[in-house]
Amino acid sequence: MTRPYYWSVRRELWENRFVYLAPLIVCAVVLFAALVSNTFSLPDRVTRAAADTDLARRHSMVVSHLSLPPAPIMLSTFIVAMFYCLDALYGERRDRSILFWKSLPVSDRTVVLSKLSVPMLVLPAFALILGITVQIILFVHGTLVLTLRGVGPGLLWREFRFMQEPIVMLYGTVVHVLWYAPIYGWLLLVSAWAKRVPLVWAVMPLMVISAFEKGVFGSMNFMNMLQYRVGGAMKEAFVFQTGAIDEFSQLSIGRYVSRPGLWGGLLFAFLCVVLAIHLRRKREPI
Amino acid sequence: MACIEARGLRKAFGKTVAVDGIDLRVEEGRILGIVGPNGAGKSTALSAILGLTPYEGSLRVLGRDPWSERGQLMNDVAFIADVAVLPRWMRASQAIEYLAGVHPRFDRDKAEAFLAKTSVKRHSRVRELSKGMVTQLHLALIMAIDAKLLVLDEPTLGLDILVRKQFYDSLLNDYFDRSRTIVVTTHQIDEIQDVLTDFVFIDQGRIVLESSMEQFETRYVEAMVRPENVEAARAFRPIHERQIFGRSILLYDGADRQQIAALGEVRTPSIADLFVAVMSRTQGAAR
Repeated sequence: MTRPYYWSVRRELWENRFVYLAPLIVCAVVLFAALVSNTFSLPDRVTRAAADTDLARRHSMVVSHLSLPPAPIMLSTFIVAMFYCLDALYGERRDRSILFWKSLPVSDRTVVLSKLSVPMLVLPAFALILGITVQIILFVHGTLVLTLRGVGPGLLWREFRFMQEPIVMLYGTVVHVLWYAPIYGWLLLVSAWAKRVPLVWAVMPLMVISAFEKGVFGSMNFMNMLQYRVGGAMKEAFVFQTGAIDEFSQLSIGRYVSRPGLWGGLLFAFLCVVLAIHLRRKREPI
Repeated sequence: MACIEARGLRKAFGKTVAVDGIDLRVEEGRILGIVGPNGAGKSTALSAILGLTPYEGSLRVLGRDPWSERGQLMNDVAFIADVAVLPRWMRASQAIEYLAGVHPRFDRDKAEAFLAKTSVKRHSRVRELSKGMVTQLHLALIMAIDAKLLVLDEPTLGLDILVRKQFYDSLLNDYFDRSRTIVVTTHQIDEIQDVLTDFVFIDQGRIVLESSMEQFETRYVEAMVRPENVEAARAFRPIHERQIFGRSILLYDGADRQQIAALGEVRTPSIADLFVAVMSRTQGAAR
């Protein structure tokens, strides 16, 4: 089971190079922009921060250039993951390669789970590694810039939370991945089911239900639920405040794990995946 | 244990019955050709055998139920569906690496050796290869699998005659031994007549004729008869008659060779000739 699984995941990455190339490009752009901007603005910002008496604001001014860049990288992996899922079980039927895959001793369950692992494990891990790497580079670069410009890196070193920052990032990744699991599950299911244009089949039902509810009941519960699914992880898993999120006191684990939205979403994702496995077994090339 | 054992195998798509109660037993070490017109149900029957489609009736392949145990079954079964199924993005080297990873009976060195004999480069992607080269690659992969059953569904469709010949030559010389079983469907049945040990004719989802090659060679005889002898030859009740260059060719089922030899030149018919004879008879009967 584990060997076929491992190789199935690897072959997904051979086939779908965009899942790591796109985040890499985003990472390069973000990093480049941050390096350029910090070279010019960081010394000023740190000097101003040193004079600020509001400690929270001071902290935020000093570390935000480190805490923010990982966010767009993370976001890019979520977007890439959705496109990946939508094609994962559709593409192999369209190009008939499913007949080759099915000629090998790899069960449909292993195949679907290996495909699910790309958005649920591989991409989050990749985003996390990129995020932490970017932070390390920016931290070293910031230290150099501040030293060379005579401001001194002392404040940066005091305000940056070496231990908490990466753990907060790990937490942020996990809560988002679990929260988005039903989205990935739904897209995989549509991908296994659709005979053509999976994107339309993935989006249309959501629009139809929303419009139906609005037209018949005049309410927008379904629409709100979709919005909650997109932004809910951030809202439920963190204590909201302005500035950088980089310390344990900003995490609301208890609230997050007690949300019905989390468990309902996971249950929905589970059902979608079970159905997708079932469909993978039955479906033929299109 | 038979390699394939089907009883009352049936598969319908809505109201269309693709396979209509097939009984088939294929013993280990045989090379079975399945012959039938387009839409006869050949591919559907193979899909059932390979666990690609659910079915009614009973079916065991190497003692397993293909539909519920496809994953395990594929440890011992290899198949080439047709030339166009290797993933287009894959490199030859990746295909070998992947198979070595997932297939316990795949021999990497063998695959490399087979591939070295072809014109396919290790680094080439499938999409860059010609149809013939893709088939060579697929065959190199399949032959490196120590499978008990090999299923070939129109493996040489759309290939030129040289590649087709090569395909069956390497299959027989480098792969087949008496312990393996091969099931093949093809339209170019004449080309593999010498390869087969058995064949079945399928029409409209049913088996209309089933024979080993030994039976076939003793049972059927074909005579090329001059016009003056035609009436006499017809007296032996041929199952089929056709004209070529002013001579009549009559096909007999179970007739006495020596009696017929007196009327014209006698030979063993080709499977294709027999197929035409059987099909025109059953279709005539249907009308």
